[in-house]
Amino acid sequence: MTNAVTVTGVDKVFDTKAGQVVALTEVDLTVSPGEFVSLIGPSGCGKSTLLRLIADLETPTSGTVEVFGTSAHQARLDQRYGIAFQQAGLLPWRTVAANIALPLELTGMPKSAVAERVEELIALVGLGDFGDRFPDQLSGGMQQRVAIARALAKKPELLLMDEPFGALDEMTREYLQTELLRIAAETGAAVVFVTHSIPEAVYLSDRVVVMSPRPGRIAEVVPMSLGSTGSRADDLREASTFFEMITAVREVLHGGSPATTARGVENR
Amino acid sequence: MTDAATLLVPPRRRRAGRGARLRAAVYGLLGVVALAVVWELYKWLGPVDGLVAGDVRILPRTSDLAMPHVWDMIARMFEPVTRAEGARVLWLEIVLAASLTLGIAAAGWVVGVVVGMAFALIMQRWLIAESALLPWIVLSQTVPLIAFAPLVKSWGSRIEIGTFEWQDWMSVAVIASYLAFFPVAVGALRGLQAPDRLHLELLHTYSAGWWPTLVHLRLPAAVPFLLPALRLAAANAVVGAVVAEVSTGLQGGIGRLVIQYAGQASGDPAKAWAPIFGAIALGLIAAGSVALLGLLAKNYRRTEGAS
Repeated sequence: MTNAVTVTGVDKVFDTKAGQVVALTEVDLTVSPGEFVSLIGPSGCGKSTLLRLIADLETPTSGTVEVFGTSAHQARLDQRYGIAFQQAGLLPWRTVAANIALPLELTGMPKSAVAERVEELIALVGLGDFGDRFPDQLSGGMQQRVAIARALAKKPELLLMDEPFGALDEMTREYLQTELLRIAAETGAAVVFVTHSIPEAVYLSDRVVVMSPRPGRIAEVVPMSLGSTGSRADDLREASTFFEMITAVREVLHGGSPATTARGVENR
Repeated sequence: MTDAATLLVPPRRRRAGRGARLRAAVYGLLGVVALAVVWELYKWLGPVDGLVAGDVRILPRTSDLAMPHVWDMIARMFEPVTRAEGARVLWLEIVLAASLTLGIAAAGWVVGVVVGMAFALIMQRWLIAESALLPWIVLSQTVPLIAFAPLVKSWGSRIEIGTFEWQDWMSVAVIASYLAFFPVAVGALRGLQAPDRLHLELLHTYSAGWWPTLVHLRLPAAVPFLLPALRLAAANAVVGAVVAEVSTGLQGGIGRLVIQYAGQASGDPAKAWAPIFGAIALGLIAAGSVALLGLLAKNYRRTEGAS
């Protein structure tokens, strides 16, 4: 079976006024279809850059990025992935339904089919009665659900998420994490998820990719032995296995010495 | 819809109060009344011959010739234009002249908006076009209208295509559009460049090209910038039309009446003010009509922010 994502020997160097900045060096990563992989690490470790390379929003300085066996560029043109950012990024003049419909309209899908699909998606993310609301009438958590629905509009087999819950309060965040696992299981999509929260990464992922900064690289890939992601629920957050996994990730993050805290990583 | 999700819903947005709008109207009216009061107070208290320091007049004369009473100006509106038999009442003459000018200004506004939008689109599409065109667009507004209005008229008079013949009012409309296109070009350019990087990248991930990005993102995002630009363009078109009527000598418009009645001011000082009020009303009507356009586009003035 073709991997959802194959990153091979990727370096990324940014040219800035202050000189060259090495964002990523020698990154290798594969994501299987349907797999949930989180990228975690302190600020400046290049986790967002890696996601943007997969999305073809940046191009690697060297190395290759493949998505479903084609180049990342071709995969973007074919729209093989859906994407969500930290800001929901909804168009303020469009209603919830119209925002979700946008990627579908752009493909020239007939109106009735768009309406039908939008209705499905609104139900999927639990936005029932809010289709005709405008983004400024929604809370941050609801905006983020709309963004997820929009990312799922074209039934992508890959979902790229860049700290989508980063700006939300803890309650909303935990709630949406469980929702995301349900949605990912229902759609069977692979997910690459950037976060700086250790519990979030552990709760969501099949594997947690721990990255370290200066230069950005993959320190270690930690598999989560917590059962299939689709079967996880909130009681897992209080299980001893959950805390074991958190400890495992934390120790890699801190380079084996639990006394020092990596900057930019939340331990809560 | 689950319970937790329902809790996340903020109350519906508060609509702008009707009271606020009423208050704005009252303040506007008070401003006009205040102006009339200041005028009359100065006329009453100021020196009849004004104040002259050396050769420079610092304060204007307060004679009835220089500063007619406000009520005389208003009363004059309801008297006939001339003492000739069958002369129209003055306000009607002003309204007729003003509607001619309004029509010309509207034509100029439409041309100006189209040209301004075209410039903005070209400048947004090609960065090099922005560097090449923008300085000239700014420079264009420094050319004195009085200087080139007669030129436009003489160029126009040479245009004759088949049965189409250039009319004098078209020269006036062209000059009006020359003033109107500027705020549109500048405002629309800023608006088209306004979308967040996030939104642009999102459209990029949909592999949307320039045209879909323009239609679905740049144009809607430009609306809040475009509305004040269109209003400014309307006011500019009126000013351009009035000035161009004067300098091309077009008959029948409000610009012509300003000059004509000013010439009669020594015998009929209040009459000269009538076309001035007409021109002011014209500007208000033009800007107000564009403001109505804004009501149609109110969803495009929403912001993204969660409350």
